[in-house]
Amino acid sequence: MRRNGMPLRGTLAVIAGTVLIISTAACGGDAEPGATATDAAKGSTFIFASSADPSILDPAYHSDGESSRVTNQIFETLVTTEKGGTGVAPSLAESWEVSEDAKTYTFKLHQGVKFHDGEVFNAAAVCANFERWYNFTGLSQSDSVSYYWVTVFRGFAKNESDTLGKSLYGGCAAKDDNTVELKLTEPSAAVLSALTLSSFAIASPKALKDYKADEVGGTAESPLFTGTFGTEHPVGTGPFKFASWTRGDKLELVRNDDYWGEKAKLSKIIYRPIEKAADRAQALRAGSVHAFDYADPADLESLKSAGVQVIERAPFNMGYLGFSQKTKIMQNQKIRQAIAHAINRENVVKTKYGAGAKVANAFMPDSLWSYTEDFAKYDYSVDKAKQLIAESGEANPTLEFCYPSGVSRAYMVDPAGNFQLMKADLEAAGFKVNPKTSPWSPDYLNTTQAGDCPLFMLGWNGDFGDPDNFLGTFFQSFSSQWSFKNEPIFKVLNDAEQEPDQAKREELYKQANALIAEFVPGVPYAQSPSFSAAAKNVQGWEPSPVLNDVFATISLS
Amino acid sequence: MLRFVVRRLALLVPILLGLSILLFLWVRALPGGPAEALLGERATPEAVERVRRLYGLDRPWYEQYFTWVGNLLRGDLGVSTRTQHPVLEELLRTFPATMELALTAMIFAVGVGIPLGYFAARRHGSWLDHLSVAGSLFGITIPVFFLGYMLKFVFAEKLGILPTDGRQDPLLDVVHPTGFYVLDGLVSGNLEAFADAFQHLILPGIALGTIPLAIVVRITRASVLDVLHEDYVRTAEAKGLKPATIRGRHVLRNAMLPIITIIGLQVGLLLGGAVLTETVFAFPGFGKFIADSIMARDYAVLQGFILFTAVVFVLVNLLVDIAYGLIDPRVRVA
Repeated sequence: MRRNGMPLRGTLAVIAGTVLIISTAACGGDAEPGATATDAAKGSTFIFASSADPSILDPAYHSDGESSRVTNQIFETLVTTEKGGTGVAPSLAESWEVSEDAKTYTFKLHQGVKFHDGEVFNAAAVCANFERWYNFTGLSQSDSVSYYWVTVFRGFAKNESDTLGKSLYGGCAAKDDNTVELKLTEPSAAVLSALTLSSFAIASPKALKDYKADEVGGTAESPLFTGTFGTEHPVGTGPFKFASWTRGDKLELVRNDDYWGEKAKLSKIIYRPIEKAADRAQALRAGSVHAFDYADPADLESLKSAGVQVIERAPFNMGYLGFSQKTKIMQNQKIRQAIAHAINRENVVKTKYGAGAKVANAFMPDSLWSYTEDFAKYDYSVDKAKQLIAESGEANPTLEFCYPSGVSRAYMVDPAGNFQLMKADLEAAGFKVNPKTSPWSPDYLNTTQAGDCPLFMLGWNGDFGDPDNFLGTFFQSFSSQWSFKNEPIFKVLNDAEQEPDQAKREELYKQANALIAEFVPGVPYAQSPSFSAAAKNVQGWEPSPVLNDVFATISLS
Repeated sequence: MLRFVVRRLALLVPILLGLSILLFLWVRALPGGPAEALLGERATPEAVERVRRLYGLDRPWYEQYFTWVGNLLRGDLGVSTRTQHPVLEELLRTFPATMELALTAMIFAVGVGIPLGYFAARRHGSWLDHLSVAGSLFGITIPVFFLGYMLKFVFAEKLGILPTDGRQDPLLDVVHPTGFYVLDGLVSGNLEAFADAFQHLILPGIALGTIPLAIVVRITRASVLDVLHEDYVRTAEAKGLKPATIRGRHVLRNAMLPIITIIGLQVGLLLGGAVLTETVFAFPGFGKFIADSIMARDYAVLQGFILFTAVVFVLVNLLVDIAYGLIDPRVRVA
């Protein structure tokens, strides 16, 4: 018995000892978290709290903001977005020309640019990248992998699915070392804005090959990329170079001292994944990170009072009520106009959206070029709505109103809350409302896309700074979601997409907005900004509405 | 004893087989699928169809099941559709984090809970007793995420003595050969990294350990109270044994059985991951990874991780049974 009696007490002693060690370690800690390294190191190291790890660091293979926030520092695109706006600005290409038929783009490249691996950046490297994308096969053709190529260029050299379209890409030629000619199979002026997307960043062809960027292994059921380009060796021309990545913990970039443009002020960037906005805010207040994106509007006041800089990004999204004209009642323009007048959009935005949110009047955010308010607007007026219903010839208009559950988006923070307010508005104007709710994915998205919801709540987060990404996505051709055919609208949007002259394009999109407002295919009602936060000593951050931030201008005082 | 262990391990086979079928069907019964989750709101029916075909999700379920089991037997758990990494790699990355956290939480719960429960029982009816009962009620009822925020607010934001998130200070240059950060610090002889990893465990460990602590206090108290009134304790006292001997050999030892059962169950639960704690402290562990995988309908991860959790649970329970045998000769005989 004695033999067994001791270990128990011994165990307790060990446990007590361990507790003592833990508490000693706690008390013996440094005065400030994150201050274990020297202040000098911290002085030029920028720690950014992201909401998740990047999916992959090969720009061709990502479509999420967490990945592009990192690859925007490592890689560069031919053209980029202008500072703080959505217009197109030079990057690796110092200038460009678009042919009359909008089918040939000629880019003049910057000279003396080198990739991080020492390889020379030139026209051949640009074409190698385009050819790589165009010749994707197997897993690389998946929408979840090469999303933006499929979206913008529609198809590949050898489409492996009959649902993919004929590719818009018609070839790339290196006219000389610094001149690239990009051919399209159909006219498109929107391609230029699309090329600002980080997915079309130019990678070192040698590194792509050396680190087997496109090698796919695994089994037929679970294919996976086995190369290390996107995880360990992303090589571009950007102001920062990849250093290391421990998933779930941190990702490190270091300054590219051979950068061709103005060199970065920071010597190092560390990304640290912290999922919840409130936890990122707490980490910033505690001084363990310097900045983060997607701040919760509810935290803004506490951040400001803690001396934190709050940075607002112009809205680049839009929430709308859509009408499917598959049903007879929605084919009645008076009814559509009546709905537009019945909804108190100001109240919805004020009650259900955070700081900085605004009423949307068009199917594109007001930060996007070509936006003006030269179109019919539908002010909130119960009387006008009632009058229009009376004129419509519908005796007891009943609306089946679909809204999603289990989803929150910047453009639609609380769908059920929006629905309650809108339902009350519609009933006040004399409509009868039949609510219909279903889970966001896949049910809700499937029914709305099939056009089976006469009245539905949706929205759009912009991908790139071109009206085509908003208006073109919705209304350029017939889609079952809206179920209408309006040739003048289709035509003006087609013309706008193909018009090489920027001034004429702007004019065409203004016309499109006017035609759309008159036709009322739906009611745009909200656009909301996003917020970033940075410690007091962070300077020179230039936030982009399309999240194309480059951290090279940031310094820590 | 060996036969007992072998028998228990053999029992794993039917358990895992049954569970694998249930799991396989269950994850597929979730509304939506990996294709829809991957594509989000841009999921057109054509795109969904292409992704489904790519991952073989358009084949009959039994075919998919047998392929999966076949791969499993070869040690291949498949690939995560969400992260595009092999499931085994994800398991080896996230499990050490959870294990470190679970152990810290249990050391806290047991280290504080057993002495507290024991002294509460010894001084039955005293202020210490009342305090421990009230305190354990509080520990059970306080939401973990709230406690986490409060701990971070006090110790990180206000006092600045402990870190808010993660497993290691990002400014430290450390290698992680084992994935157990505390151990890595020791192995590589980097004491700063060791102390830092340790500090990163304290707040999440306390937040996670509060509920087990409350349970251990209550069970210890009740169990010791029971034993204190046993005849053999009175006999031992009558024999004139030293109080320390009575406490250690007769009271605590006999009171340990239910406590060990509870500890075993709690360890099993904690090793299954702690979604809330891991989220609040941005601690890249097992539970958070499973939760994210549910959202992404990541079939391979869900199947692999949950099966693994089942194995861990069975093994921990086996250890508990072995501990019974060591402490209580009656169990050994039975």
